[in-house]
Amino acid sequence: MSGIVIDAVDKSFGRTEVLRQVSLSIEPGEFVAVLGASGCGKTTLLRCLAGFEPVNAGRIDIGGETVSAPGRHLPPEERGIGVVFQNYALWPHMSVVQNVAYGLRIAGVPKPEREARVARVLEMVELGALASRRPADLSGGQRQRVALARCLAMESRVVLLDEPLANLDVHLRGALEEEFAAFHARSGATMFYITHDQAEALALADRVAVMDRGRILQFDRPEALFRQPASETVAGFIGEGRVVPAHDIRPDGTGRAQAIVLGQPALLRCAPDEKPRAQAMISVQPADLALLPDPAPAAIPAHVTRATFRGAYLRAEVMAGQAAPVALSLNIAAPASLCRGQRISLALRDGWVIPDPAALSSSQPARTDR
Amino acid sequence: MLLALFVGVLSIAPLARLVSAALLPQGSFDAARIGDLLGGRRVVEATLNTLWIATASTLLAIVIGTLAALLAGLTDMRRRTLWVFGFVLPLMIPPQVTALAWVQAFSPASPLLGPLGLSLPPGTRHPLYSMGGIILLLGLYNAPLVFLSVRASLHRLPASLLEAARANGARPLQITRDIVLPLVRGGIFAGAALAFVSSIGNFGIQAMLGIPARVSTLITLIYRQLNTYGPSALNDMALLALLLAGLTVAGMALTGWLGRRGDQRVDGAQRAPRMALGRWRRPVAALAWAYLALCLVLPLTALLGTALVRGVGQPLGADTITFENFANALFHHEGIRQAFFTSLWLTTLCVAVLIPVSVALGYVLVWRHGWVARGLRLASELAYALPGIIIGVAMILFFLRPLPFLGTGLYGTVWVILAAYLSNYLALALRPILGGFAQLDRGLDEAAQLTGAGIFARLRDIVLPGLAPAAMASGILVFMTAINEIQTSVLLVSSRAQTIGPMIIFLEEAGSTTLAAAVGCLMVALVLALMAGSLILGRHLPEGVLPWRD
Repeated sequence: MSGIVIDAVDKSFGRTEVLRQVSLSIEPGEFVAVLGASGCGKTTLLRCLAGFEPVNAGRIDIGGETVSAPGRHLPPEERGIGVVFQNYALWPHMSVVQNVAYGLRIAGVPKPEREARVARVLEMVELGALASRRPADLSGGQRQRVALARCLAMESRVVLLDEPLANLDVHLRGALEEEFAAFHARSGATMFYITHDQAEALALADRVAVMDRGRILQFDRPEALFRQPASETVAGFIGEGRVVPAHDIRPDGTGRAQAIVLGQPALLRCAPDEKPRAQAMISVQPADLALLPDPAPAAIPAHVTRATFRGAYLRAEVMAGQAAPVALSLNIAAPASLCRGQRISLALRDGWVIPDPAALSSSQPARTDR
Repeated sequence: MLLALFVGVLSIAPLARLVSAALLPQGSFDAARIGDLLGGRRVVEATLNTLWIATASTLLAIVIGTLAALLAGLTDMRRRTLWVFGFVLPLMIPPQVTALAWVQAFSPASPLLGPLGLSLPPGTRHPLYSMGGIILLLGLYNAPLVFLSVRASLHRLPASLLEAARANGARPLQITRDIVLPLVRGGIFAGAALAFVSSIGNFGIQAMLGIPARVSTLITLIYRQLNTYGPSALNDMALLALLLAGLTVAGMALTGWLGRRGDQRVDGAQRAPRMALGRWRRPVAALAWAYLALCLVLPLTALLGTALVRGVGQPLGADTITFENFANALFHHEGIRQAFFTSLWLTTLCVAVLIPVSVALGYVLVWRHGWVARGLRLASELAYALPGIIIGVAMILFFLRPLPFLGTGLYGTVWVILAAYLSNYLALALRPILGGFAQLDRGLDEAAQLTGAGIFARLRDIVLPGLAPAAMASGILVFMTAINEIQTSVLLVSSRAQTIGPMIIFLEEAGSTTLAAAVGCLMVALVLALMAGSLILGRHLPEGVLPWRD
C-alpha cells in the first residue's frame, strides 16, 4: 500500500504536448479515477505512472520513492505496480494458472509457495474451477478476473486500470464495477482508474480527476464535482449540467449568494470566499429546475422545444428567458404531459456560482484538494 | 471459364503430364522400374544430401532470420530501415550470383580479405566447395524469408501483452523467451516452410558449389542427367522431379503441422511493441552491422573485384584494374547481349500477361466462392511452391511433342520458357493483388452493379483504380524474380533461346570467371536499381507488399 505523488509532470511526443503541468496527490489505498474524453492524455498519464513512458519534466513518487523524473526512470519491471489493460492483455499461450503465476515465477518465488498463493488468489476471484483453461475459452468477465488475480498474486502496492470496461456490453459493466470495488476492499491497494465514462468514475472512485487537453481541470470527490464544479468545462461535462449566465452576484460570505438569473432573482450556492461580481456563469443541473403550475410572479418564462418520455419521468428541453433565451433541460415527475411549443413557467431552486476563472488561474492553476 | 483454362493449361496440365510420365511412361504402371531407379545408389545419395542440406540450412535460416526479426521488429536500434533493406537485399540477388560472389570473397582479388592477407593461398581446396559451404550459403540466403515471416507476426503482436509482462517484473530477455517467441511461433514455422522449399529448389547455389564439390543433390542430378542424355532420360527425370516435389510437399506439410500445434491467434495490434536496448544498444548495433558487412559487403565487393581484373587470382591494383569484362559483357559478347534482351522482353511480356490475369482471377477468388475458386488458387500456389526445375521438366514433357494445330513443337524456343514463367509466377503475381482486393470494400462494386455497370465497366472504373498500387507492387515482384530466374530456364534454354540467369553458370563452367563476375555485378546493379525505383514509388504502394521496406 502506498500513495502516489504526481508533481507538475510534462510529457510531449515530438511537438505535441500531451501532459501539461499535471499534479495529483493520491493517498495510500485510495481509489482515484481519471475522467476525460479520448485524446485528453489520460492514457499517457497512466503509461507514465507505469513506467512505459519517461516524463519530460516534473516528478512521480510511488510510496515515497521517486520513480520518474528527468534523468531518473525506474523501468516498469522494478516499480511493483499492477496494470489491468483495456483488453486485459492475458497471454494467450498460457493457461489461467500460468498467467497468474508468471510474475511470481519471474520473481523467483519457490514452487510450493507460488502454487499456494496462486490457488488462494484464484479462489478469491472464484476462478479455481477454470484454472487450467486458456484465456480464449473464457468470457469477458472471467478474463477480467484473471487480470485482477494477476495483480492480486503479485500483491501490487498500486494497481493501474486502463479503461477496463470500455469494450464490454452495458449489462456486464454493472457486475464488473462491483468486482473492482470488491477487489479494492480486499487488496487495499491504491487504485488508479482511467475512464471516459463518468457514471463509472463517479460510482467507483473516492476522488475523480477531470482531465482535458493534457491538464487536470479538477480533482475532487464525486459529489463535489457534481455540485461545485470548478470551471465551465467541468460543469458542462459532469452530469447533465448546463452553464447559464447570471448577473449581480451578491455573496453573503457563508457559501450562499443572491443573483439575477434569466431576469429573475435566485438564491445560489457559492464558494465561501466568493467576491461580489457583476457577471458570473452558474452551473445548473436538471434537478435544480422546477415547473410552476401557473404563471407566477418572479417565474422564468420558457417554451418547450422537445419533450421525451423516459419512463419514470418526462424529460423536457426548453428555451428559457426572454431577452436572450438559454437552452435548459428539466425532468418532470411521471403523470405529466407537455407538448412541443407549449409555454411554461420555471423556478430555479438551486445553482452553483462557478468561481471566477481569472481569480482562479492566478491563485491555483489546477485545484487539487487537501 | 477462360481463366480456368489459363490456369489449367499452364499449371495443372504440365504437372499432370509430369506425373503420368513419371509413373506411367509406357502407359502402364511399372513398379520394378520405379524401384530400380529410386533405389539406385546415386539417387539415394542425392536424396539424402538434399534432405540434409535443406534441413540444416533451414535451421540456420531460422536462427538468423528470427534474431534479425526480433532486432528489427522489437528493439529501438537506430537506422533500422537501412539495416532491413540491407538484410533483405540478398534475397533479391540471384543465388548463382551470390554463390559466385562468396567463392570470390576468398580469392586474392577480394578488396577486403586480399590486402589483409586472409585470402586462400593458391592451390588449397576452397572451403565453400563442400556440403558445409552449401548449407551456409543456403542458410544465409533464406534467412530473409524467415525474417519477413516473423516480422509480420511481430507486427500483429499487441504491445500490451509485453507491457503486462514488464508490469509483472519480467526483464526484456525473459519477455522475449516467455511471451514473444511462443506467440510468433506460427510465423517462425511459416518462414521455415518457405526456407525449406526455397533450399530444396535452389538450383543456383547447389549447382555452383555442389557440382565442383561433387556433392550431388536431386536438383543437380536432374540437371546433369538431362544435359548428358537429353530428352531420352525424360521419363526417369520426371520420376526424380516427382520425388523432389514429394519432399517439398512433405517438408511444407511437416512445418505447417508443427506451426499449427499450439499456435495462438492474437488479435491485431494497435501499437507496435518496442523495447529499449539501453546500454546494449551500441554493441548490438555493432554486431548487426558487422553481420551485414560479412554477408553482403564482403561477397559483393569480392565479386566487383573479380570483375575488374583480367584473370582469376590476380590481385586488384592500379596496374591490374580493367573494365574489359564489363565492356565485353555489355557490348562485345553476342551471347550475353542476346540473353539479356531475351530475358528482358520475356519478363516484360510475362508481367503484361500475368497482371491482368491476376486481377481477373483475384476478383473471382476473393469475391466469388466455391470449389473452382479454391482449386484454381491451390493449383497456382502449388506451381509456385514447387522447385522451378520441376516446372522445367514438366514443360519439356508437355511441349516436347508437336502441338495439335501448329504442327511444330515449342521445345527449344523461348515460348516454352514464357509458358514456364507464366505457370511459375502466377501465385507470386496473385498474392499482392489478393491483398489489394481484401482492402477494397465489396460494397463499392455492388453499388456500381446497382447503377447498371457491367463486369468490365466495373473492373475498369471501380476495381482498377483502387487496385493499381497492389498491381504495381505485384508487377515489380514478378519482374525482379523473373529477370534473374535460373531454376526454370536452366533446363529450357537452348542455343536458340538463352536467358541471362543461367548465363553465369555457363560462363563459370566455361572458365570465364571474370566475365561471369561482370555479368553478376550487372545483375546486382539491375536489382538495386529496381529496388531503389520501387522505394521511390513506395509511398503510393500499400503497406507491406514490398518486403524490403520497413
